[in-house]
Amino acid sequence: MKIHEYQGKDILRKFNVPVPKGSVAFSPQEAKTIAKELGGGTVIVKAQIHAGGRGKGGGVKLAKNPEEAEQVAKQIIGMNLVTHQTGPEGKLVRRILVEQGLDIERELYAGIVLDRVKSQLVFMVSTEGGMEIEKVAAEMPEKILKEWIDPAVGFQAYQARKVAFGLGLTGDQFKNGVKFLMALYKAYVAVDASLAEINPLVVTKDGKVLALDAKINIDDNALYRHKDIVELRDLDEEEPLEVEASKYDLNYIKLDGDVGCIVNGAGLAMATMDLIKLAGGEPANFLDVGGGASAETVENGFKIILGDPTVKAVLINIFGGIVRCDRVATGVVQAAKNIGISIPMIIRLAGTNAEEASVILNDSGLKFLVANSFEEAAQRVVEALAN
Amino acid sequence: MSILIDKNTRLVVQGITGGEGSFHTRQMIEYGTNVVAGVTPGKGGQKFDDKVPVYNTVADAVEKEGANAAIIFVPPAFAADAILESAGNNLGVVVCIAEGIPTLDMMKIYQYLKNRSTRLVGPNCPGVISPGKAKVGIMPGFIHKQGSVGVVSRSGTLTYEAVHQLTELGIGQTTCIGIGGDPIIGTNFVDALSLYEKDPETKAVVMIGEIGGSAEEEAGLFVKENMSKPVISFIAGQTAPPGRRMGHAGAIIAGGKGTAAEKMSVLRECGVHVCESPAEIGATVAKVLK
Repeated sequence: MKIHEYQGKDILRKFNVPVPKGSVAFSPQEAKTIAKELGGGTVIVKAQIHAGGRGKGGGVKLAKNPEEAEQVAKQIIGMNLVTHQTGPEGKLVRRILVEQGLDIERELYAGIVLDRVKSQLVFMVSTEGGMEIEKVAAEMPEKILKEWIDPAVGFQAYQARKVAFGLGLTGDQFKNGVKFLMALYKAYVAVDASLAEINPLVVTKDGKVLALDAKINIDDNALYRHKDIVELRDLDEEEPLEVEASKYDLNYIKLDGDVGCIVNGAGLAMATMDLIKLAGGEPANFLDVGGGASAETVENGFKIILGDPTVKAVLINIFGGIVRCDRVATGVVQAAKNIGISIPMIIRLAGTNAEEASVILNDSGLKFLVANSFEEAAQRVVEALAN
Repeated sequence: MSILIDKNTRLVVQGITGGEGSFHTRQMIEYGTNVVAGVTPGKGGQKFDDKVPVYNTVADAVEKEGANAAIIFVPPAFAADAILESAGNNLGVVVCIAEGIPTLDMMKIYQYLKNRSTRLVGPNCPGVISPGKAKVGIMPGFIHKQGSVGVVSRSGTLTYEAVHQLTELGIGQTTCIGIGGDPIIGTNFVDALSLYEKDPETKAVVMIGEIGGSAEEEAGLFVKENMSKPVISFIAGQTAPPGRRMGHAGAIIAGGKGTAAEKMSVLRECGVHVCESPAEIGATVAKVLK
């Protein structure tokens, strides 16, 4: 689960990770008030959307006083922010973070991620703050220092010292740097994060070390034990159809094509998308209705897919294992009748009771195109689109 | 022969009295799996379907019934504990069907298992089947056929699809393993491939990967350096957008890494037979075996 920068910083604050003073605002007036409370001096106004590259897109601006903060906030709230992560359509800005300006000496990088090869967390730091870490890794990998963490004992002080020395920190900056890194690890574990990226991590002229930006993602599997974090979910940041699908416990991701697909199982769903593309079509979505694929989930799947006006045909690919294909077929017929579908429907049911299923589909009076193999299904879709 | 499970497997089902656990226990018994015990804390002393004894602990199931393998059907919040219970009792193979285990919990389990004899398969997987011998999982048994091809996959229903294609062409399987769709799993592709390489009956291996992580790339290097048997592969998610989790917790293209194209190219360089289309898996195996 993604959360906003300001929410991430609120979490960090709780775990004594230093962050600049500041607060979220939903209107220019609020921005002005916050700027006043911060002392009336220079503040930074930052658009809060779930995407990176906000500065380059014009979503982060400096304001010298509260009045200017109000002006800048007027420009940012309501703007359609386009960054390399939002796609060309951009994202509407509804919230901003107003933060105190800092006297920055150096910009560094600190991040904790899962190293899937070692199945361990790795703490990464770099002197190249502000740059995307993937770019640093590709262009100057020697600038990234890594410390792997043994989950049995956690991140140790000697490891924090090692990377803090590696960053060239000395004196107060060093002491504060070590404290920062230790606290960041504590926060990561306490909230079941799946990513914590502080870019940049800044060192001020008076020796402070703070998180100027914070990207914290939370492990979806662990949300059951973090009710407070679940409440941070911002539905405005999600695709409306995906929000709708999540209400039915369906795994749906909207894509740009015109062939909707309903599949049981995530791997088979991806493979079905791939096959549509190989046959010359473009998938409109990823939709996994789960290994079971009951009549109800299929009907809900239909509703979601038909909510996307670009969909011109639907491909249903169900591999019946424990779930019987004749049951799925009955569900599909029922759902199609209930909803009244006017676009071509291509159905491929394989596995348990597949033959009984095709009889049900053929006798339904509805215009299903029944395919026997995986490949035939994709070809039928493309033929249907051509007609 | 086969790998991981066979006629000597003595299975204990953790969570045998739950909905999923009881359903699949019946299916496994029907397939011929030797289910010797079930475990549900607090329900010890009962008999499941009047024949399988239920115990309070895995320790009891091992002591009284000689269980040597476990399958786990418990809610996510209890799954980590269930894995540790079976591993703590030194069962040889533990298959965790349960999905939704927090990554930080799995990380601890992974480190713990490093120094033990237990092989964990999963979590978030369909399990393992050695056709004609034993089924420790939730896959439909009837689509399988005993034979000489190993199948290893991160997916569930896509594996059934591949197995179905093989069986339709008359190509049987030694053992099929669903290793699971999570970022941290007990048995990875390299582990499975090295077991297949040592198994005299396995003549070729089908490896079904997907976007996210670099397990397929590592498997490719392993094939190049250590395998004498042909490996046929399909990677799901050629059309998956970056930054989105495609159903499985581990299926995500992060920071431009973990794309299907990258994996397919590394696998090809390592001498793996890569299928462009998921519909060609069976036919490609048939061609390679000729």
